[in-house]
Amino acid sequence: MTSATHVGVAAEAGLLPRLLPAYGAGPVCLADHLQRYGPPPAPGRADRAELIGEVELAGLAGRGGAGFPTARKLATVAARRNAVVIGNGTEGEPVSAKDKVLMAQSPHLVLDGAAAAAGLVGAPEAIVVAHPAVADLLAAASRERRRARIDKVRLSVVPAADAFVGGEASAVVHWLEHRNPRPTSTPRRLSERGLHGRPTLVQNVETLAHLALITRYGAAWFRGVGTPTEPGSMLVTLAGAVRHPGVYEVGIGLPVGAVLELAGGPSGSLGGLLVGGYFGAWVDPALAANRPLSGEGLAGLGASPGAGLLGALPAEVCGLAEAARIARYLASESAGQCGPCVFGLDAIAGQLERLAWGRGPDLRALRRWIGQVGHGRGACKHPDGAVAMVASALRTFGGEIELHATGWCSGVPGRTSALSPPARRR
Amino acid sequence: MAMQPDVAAMKLSVDMIACEGRGLCAEVLPELIELDDWGYPMIAEKVPYGLEGHAREAVRLCPRLALRLSR
Repeated sequence: MTSATHVGVAAEAGLLPRLLPAYGAGPVCLADHLQRYGPPPAPGRADRAELIGEVELAGLAGRGGAGFPTARKLATVAARRNAVVIGNGTEGEPVSAKDKVLMAQSPHLVLDGAAAAAGLVGAPEAIVVAHPAVADLLAAASRERRRARIDKVRLSVVPAADAFVGGEASAVVHWLEHRNPRPTSTPRRLSERGLHGRPTLVQNVETLAHLALITRYGAAWFRGVGTPTEPGSMLVTLAGAVRHPGVYEVGIGLPVGAVLELAGGPSGSLGGLLVGGYFGAWVDPALAANRPLSGEGLAGLGASPGAGLLGALPAEVCGLAEAARIARYLASESAGQCGPCVFGLDAIAGQLERLAWGRGPDLRALRRWIGQVGHGRGACKHPDGAVAMVASALRTFGGEIELHATGWCSGVPGRTSALSPPARRR
Repeated sequence: MAMQPDVAAMKLSVDMIACEGRGLCAEVLPELIELDDWGYPMIAEKVPYGLEGHAREAVRLCPRLALRLSR
């Protein structure tokens, strides 16, 4: 792309981090932001199609967990009139921090991306729905931009609902419309009829930050890190039993073991690795260490990078118990709208609890329910994600299941970890 | 029944938020609808020719108007 007139420090393709401040802690103010990246792109009608083509060449995929090609979503909404853009910074998952850290440290990059997305789809307005912990900070950054008059589109920041399922795209729209953070029925396609009936583009905030850089520096730059099929960098939350838990930026495809080393490596012997988040998959750390952190690299383990969480479970915490705690949390966080989610997740969590604490589990029923719940049957993918996590626990902690059947457990009784869900709020 | 191209097949789906698991659909259309352990329908999405009439009947009988038949 030739439209990038300014080449900032960040424009060197192989250099990381791209999204987070290179040194020091944020929030990076507008002046420093512009110094680093150059002026924000403001795509207009004339270069819209070309820039969406550039995003397609870049191969940017959504960073909220589902990994949908961003260019395709942009093109769908761009074809319609009176669109609106929603930046999704809800990040309701308790252990994940990458979106909060991104918004707190590089607020202007997220807002650049929201403005760029609006320009690309011809929307006069972009709303960023931000986790309550960082909403004020992001709103201050948005005021700073308004004073500097750097955006052609209207930007606003709305605090997100404090609920796990609140991050699902239709739930975000529902929250903005009615202050009700629950998903709506599936036939409604947001790209056609979203917020107040308008064609709506919902993109994760990290995706928007990448978009802000692609529209500045182009596809070839973006592909300077990552793999040919999954280009670019990604933010990773390294949680649990690593020496320095936190949010790191890596090129997609870095081996899982090397990613853990960024956080100083495991702080002790590990009993399991939760990849992707609470909707992700438990894998054996030894099997995962040499696999690339990418969709392709992890597919063989039944896992995917998802929303970028790598959770290291210390060996003294029983994997079955940890999976049971998370399953119970996910059951309690159901929006309570769909029968299979309400009853199914409760039943599945119950059997997993019996399995974890040795009270005569019915493994056949558990496996049958895993086959029944999820599979796209609900209004959103909450049950699907929860069931996938449980299924992976049964695969990965098979040895522990046998041990529990004989009355033993390899974990320290009652021990929890940094991956354990918070106590129930309701 | 003669083989027919797949493209024109009707699709059956359920609005799980509206569904209350009354189970009438599974009685009318056991060929395509099974109930899970809590009484909620598990549906084979594609409706083969010959079952369209039954599928329409299931849609009509749902007390929650939760079933949908579409192209």
